[in-house]
Amino acid sequence: MNTRQIKDTIAHKSMFLICLLVLNLALLIAWGLYRRAQPILATKSLGELLLNSTWHPGSGQFGLDGFILGTIWVTGIAIVIAVPLSILTAVYLAEYAPRKLSHLIKPVIDLLAGISPVIHGVWGVITIVPLVRDYMMPFFTEKLPFLPFSSDNYTGFCALTGGIVLAVMIFPIIISVVCEVLHTVPAEIREASLSLGATKWQTTKLAVLRKVYPGLVAAVILGLSRALGETIAVLMVAGCSLFALPKSFFDPAYPLPALIANTYGEMMSIPLYDSAVLLAAFILLLLTTLFNVAGWGILLRLERSRC
Amino acid sequence: MSGQSHISVKNLNIWYGKQHALQNINLDIPNKKLTAIIGPSGCGKTTLLKSFNRLLDLQDGFKISGKVLVDGEDIYDPKVEVTHLRKKMGLLSQRPCVLPMSIYENVAYGPRLHGIKDKRVLDEIVERYLQEASLWSEVKDRLHQPASRLSIGQQQRLCLARGLAVEPEVILGDEPTSALDPISAERIEQRFMELKGKYTMVIVTHLLRQAKRLADYIVFIYLGQVIEHGPARELFEKPKDSRTKAYVEGSFIEGYANQYVI
Amino acid sequence: MDKRKTEEYFFKALMLFSTLTVLGSLISILLTIIVKGFPALSWSMLVQTPKGGYYMGKEGGILNAILGSLVLSLGATFIALLISLPLTLYLNIYLKRNSRFAFWVRFVLDVLWGIPSIVYGAFGFTLMIFFGWRASLLAGMVATTLLVLPIMCRSIDEVLKMIPHELQEASLSLGATRLETACKVIFKQALPGVLTAILLALGRGMGDAAAVLFTAGFTDSLPYSLTGPVATLPLAIFYQLGTPFPEVQERGYASALVLTAIVLIISIIARMLSRRFTGDLGD
Repeated sequence: MNTRQIKDTIAHKSMFLICLLVLNLALLIAWGLYRRAQPILATKSLGELLLNSTWHPGSGQFGLDGFILGTIWVTGIAIVIAVPLSILTAVYLAEYAPRKLSHLIKPVIDLLAGISPVIHGVWGVITIVPLVRDYMMPFFTEKLPFLPFSSDNYTGFCALTGGIVLAVMIFPIIISVVCEVLHTVPAEIREASLSLGATKWQTTKLAVLRKVYPGLVAAVILGLSRALGETIAVLMVAGCSLFALPKSFFDPAYPLPALIANTYGEMMSIPLYDSAVLLAAFILLLLTTLFNVAGWGILLRLERSRC
Repeated sequence: MSGQSHISVKNLNIWYGKQHALQNINLDIPNKKLTAIIGPSGCGKTTLLKSFNRLLDLQDGFKISGKVLVDGEDIYDPKVEVTHLRKKMGLLSQRPCVLPMSIYENVAYGPRLHGIKDKRVLDEIVERYLQEASLWSEVKDRLHQPASRLSIGQQQRLCLARGLAVEPEVILGDEPTSALDPISAERIEQRFMELKGKYTMVIVTHLLRQAKRLADYIVFIYLGQVIEHGPARELFEKPKDSRTKAYVEGSFIEGYANQYVI
Repeated sequence: MDKRKTEEYFFKALMLFSTLTVLGSLISILLTIIVKGFPALSWSMLVQTPKGGYYMGKEGGILNAILGSLVLSLGATFIALLISLPLTLYLNIYLKRNSRFAFWVRFVLDVLWGIPSIVYGAFGFTLMIFFGWRASLLAGMVATTLLVLPIMCRSIDEVLKMIPHELQEASLSLGATRLETACKVIFKQALPGVLTAILLALGRGMGDAAAVLFTAGFTDSLPYSLTGPVATLPLAIFYQLGTPFPEVQERGYASALVLTAIVLIISIIARMLSRRFTGDLGD
């Protein structure tokens, strides 16, 4: 073998190693977090940690219940707001809007998707917090008292605010996945439906959307996963104090990522504290990975079925 | 026979996944002659050609059995250095594919890889092979412009020069004129006529007339099998197989020919 | 009007409303940041580091954070590039199109892309404990590298996938090894796309706060050493907004404007580059 060949072989081997490393990165991260979370898992049962709502590190109480509830509230609100808006927008851009218009709008959405999460937080503090505090809260509390709207948190920093900001943050990902999925539908399907006398909306609803239904589910799952992990913006607007479990849209919510972020600095000073926080990170990793695998898996299967 | 044949194929079978693309090929490609591989499209002509410089190795699900001997050496032997083999077998592909660099660098790319560093030697090589591909006069003033600015016909001649510059023994052409306009195609054909005595050439073509004009030796492939091969004149004037006869007379109907296969 | 027509109009109106809401909210972010940030922005803020009592409304600026973010994300992007390039070239040149291995690597990259930055931050923190580092530029860089790695790999991968296979064949059939083909031909062809990927990663790295919260620490001085803490712009914004002093909060808005401007400029350049790249292939 000459030197060129040898170089090629060395490159081949080392590139393969790099691939292996990246392939195992997810496992490595999971293992690293799990190892750090182990001390607390050794002293307390998982049920005790997940179903107990008392969080008092000083006295060794590490109930994650409140944070899990907070996560559910905030991401739930975000999904309820974001899914219909994003899917309708994507359908409009892909099916209805003049080509020029959607070629103009889509880059703008993609561009704004790149804005830093902390900026979303700033925006939330400046616009959404007052909006919720001064208009939405009085309105909803008065007009719809039968829904869980009453709260004695009048600051505007609450689950609803967090949900709204999160919804705006996940618009772009849902829109882009749905648009991409819609583009894979062959034009013949639309033509066939239209030529049978269906209206455009009927075509969209009965032929196009039905065909890509799994893709829509994938888009929602990916959006959900993104919402689950968002940290800093939620930390800035959702209130994030834990005086009680959130029971209403206007109660402060304290989701898991915000907990992880907020405890930096103090967690090394109390025994097991860091372990509990890294357990929260581990749970977050598992959840988001689960959703991501599901989402990408669905999209891959869609792609395969097309080939 | 072995004195005359440059490439010999022995019991060659090639599969892509489950598709049996080439079946039991036995063939001798004569030395320093132009061999044309003809046949309807999708019948394995290109596969056969690319098996000669092992570009098929890149294909998904590729499997091979049998032997391809070049200069008496089995090129699928694990000990063979692929780069060495490929240097020996220049390839001219269907569409010209210039490398993303200047005209000069395109021609110098191969020689540089194979260890020529001296600027003067490289200059000489570039000029010589551009002339051999009859491109020199058109590009000598803009050697350092990106090659992508040339016309398609010029690009194909550049690819020829680039292939010749590594001093191959065999030139493989995969329908090398099919993407070109008639005038550029004719220029390439002229080059081939001139290069015939110097190199062993194997050209895949679906143009019967081109095969008649250029080839000394013809291989007719149909549905993955070599139906007939022999000296051009013989094959065109007295084809032994009725399918060959139908094809060279232009009265070839695939469905009809299929009956013979069964 | 029949029912079908009504339905058609109703949903069309609904779609228009959604599109306007989505666009409106996104543009509202930009407008809010500009309107609130611009009056508070001053030259002195951009060229000074925080003086004593900065976070209580005294003199100073955010140069420490601007430079810190730049250094940190440039470093992270560079390390990520060192991993991404060989990885993607391997997937596209050394492996066949339908390779199972390549499929799994791509799948894992997609999954890594979805891991929240706070988890990368937490993982960075466990690394810090493991290696005995303190919060530092190095630790922040490592966490940010992990964060931008999947983005970079996937976008370079997309670019390499678009390069016609014939180009590779052309180089190989001249007797080049795969390594030579990768470095001299494919990389060259992909260069604009690689630059786009670098910029995308840079933008993401600059904007993220959660990954560096644990790992990079914060300091009022300019970045001075790999093992010392470093300030980052998103965290500077976060801290300034967290103070009870209106004048500090306003400087937070101004900092937000600075960050938005940097990130937007980076991604606009990236998009222009990638458009040019795809345009070239269309020729």
